[in-house]
Amino acid sequence: MESIAPGAGFERRSRLRAGEVLLWLAIAAAPLYVPGHLVLASQILITALFALSLDLLLGYGGMISLGHAAYFGTGAYTAGLLAQHGWSEPISGLVAAMLVAAALGFAASFVIVRLSGVALLMVTLGLGLLLFELANALADITGGSDGLQGVEIAPLLGLFGFDMVGRTGFVYAYLVALGAFALVRRIVHSPFGLSLQGYRENPARMAQIGAPMAARLRLVNTISAGLAGLAGGLLAQTTQFVGLDALGFERSAEVVIILILGGGGRLYGGLVGALVFMIGRDVLSEANPEYWYFWLGLILVLVVLFMPQGILGGGAALLVRLRGRAALGEAAR
Amino acid sequence: MAVELLTLLFNGLAYGVLLFLMAIGLSVTMGMMNFVNLAHGAFAMLGGYLGISLTTRAGVPFLAALPLVFVAVGAVGAGIEVTLYRRFYRSPQLTHVLFTIGLTFMAVAGATYVWGSQIAAMRVPDWLIGQTMFLGLQVGSYRLFLLLVGGAIALALVFGLERTRFGAMVRATVDNRRMAQSLGIDVGRVFSLTFALGSGLAGLGGALAVNFLGGIQPAFPLGYLLVYFLIVVTVGGLGSTLGALAAALLLGLADAAAKFYAPVIASFAIYLVMVVLLMWRPHGILGRR
Repeated sequence: MESIAPGAGFERRSRLRAGEVLLWLAIAAAPLYVPGHLVLASQILITALFALSLDLLLGYGGMISLGHAAYFGTGAYTAGLLAQHGWSEPISGLVAAMLVAAALGFAASFVIVRLSGVALLMVTLGLGLLLFELANALADITGGSDGLQGVEIAPLLGLFGFDMVGRTGFVYAYLVALGAFALVRRIVHSPFGLSLQGYRENPARMAQIGAPMAARLRLVNTISAGLAGLAGGLLAQTTQFVGLDALGFERSAEVVIILILGGGGRLYGGLVGALVFMIGRDVLSEANPEYWYFWLGLILVLVVLFMPQGILGGGAALLVRLRGRAALGEAAR
Repeated sequence: MAVELLTLLFNGLAYGVLLFLMAIGLSVTMGMMNFVNLAHGAFAMLGGYLGISLTTRAGVPFLAALPLVFVAVGAVGAGIEVTLYRRFYRSPQLTHVLFTIGLTFMAVAGATYVWGSQIAAMRVPDWLIGQTMFLGLQVGSYRLFLLLVGGAIALALVFGLERTRFGAMVRATVDNRRMAQSLGIDVGRVFSLTFALGSGLAGLGGALAVNFLGGIQPAFPLGYLLVYFLIVVTVGGLGSTLGALAAALLLGLADAAAKFYAPVIASFAIYLVMVVLLMWRPHGILGRR
């Protein structure tokens, strides 16, 4: 038996897999096989990024949020307002969107780490609605229910203009999403990420072993908020518009649904969920826009009833079962 | 000035009573099973639409329609509890939230399919239209009716919970489910009955709310109503009837006052108050846990 160095498990788990590289290459090749749907493809990437930010908090950290759109919308309005007031350079605008949302997340985290259960649900819901109503009331600044008009974004790096086909937008969203996934990948495989998962599994025990969880939860809430703001800023810049729905309860609910659909607590759960959800919405709401919510509700009910671990979790369980059966067959031979 | 203040007080109380009727079922069932039922507003919506259909299409008199709505929505609630909710009581709260949001979305789309997406209003009898003199105050007849009916039901509920055998069983189950079970209380049955009663009251409240709010829309259970319910429940303290009553009346008064004096900030001030209250007392004003 070989001796195993401490931390070898981490290394094995955090090693880059061929599947991941293939996945990102496949996404990068989207302009080749769906050239007419690049706008949808960017929106999927943005939604995946938003779901990833929630995954860090809910999937890994086990903290429910029903108001995550607060950070998404804050990022969107930050990027949109900067551009509207003449700061049209996209990258710095995006960084600003991330920082403002992260600052809000940091401020909110002092409230959030003190609560759990129903009170946590209520406060996150309340904070989300608070910002929504605030943006609605400040119609002079935000445009109210008409949305933020006149958002002009300068060409990326001064070279690539944002066009109607969405080619620049897609590449831009792709690079940002890739960077964010790499960052979160690094975080969840770090000791910090493991302590979050420990908190999710058993908060009392984490306290008993002396882990400073309050500080760590504040940090993860801040990071998660910043990533959500990044997603919001991306949406504002690529669509050159910000509507009140960026802050709405529906968006907060949707992102939870997307994450659960794909599989929470898994790096690519949000991406898979966003892919299925956005394409599903595109197809189903084309046929019957009014009843999209019926299908959404039905999907949610069915996932909760029959596939509580989401698509990725269900797939992994299936794989384990198939492998187990194969191993059994081998043993019998 | 004094008249204005009294009218405001009156309207706020009428609204508070309405909120209490719609939310009390949620408070008791959440306190009992720790089941976060975000679909509770859908029962109120169903009650509202059933009330509209009964009075306008089927020609049932308004006063006769109210008990019918109560019974019908209660039966629907009991059916959902027995077939669906029951299997989730041991699941984590995230599951409750997701499942009931899913049900709400389906209910909203279903209501759009059956009743259309327009605002639907209800016809009430002539004696409920216009103004009435009440204690020397000129008040809306419908609001007076609401206050009297709602107040009577609220009193009956508080009395029933404090003084009857079934009420004692409900309180025992809310306090300590395991202990209640060891004492021979059939917790499952108590919960089913309470859930049916709570959904029925939500339906009744919904039917009463149609004329008060000037009509309802399918998005009714998703919007501010859900939040107001949750405020009543969490601020009042889970499973506390008197707490829920106090919270509902306060919320009704605060809503009426804020909309009258500061309409611009009213919409978000209410959430601010809620967040601050929950930070101060995470288990409600009168909550014990």
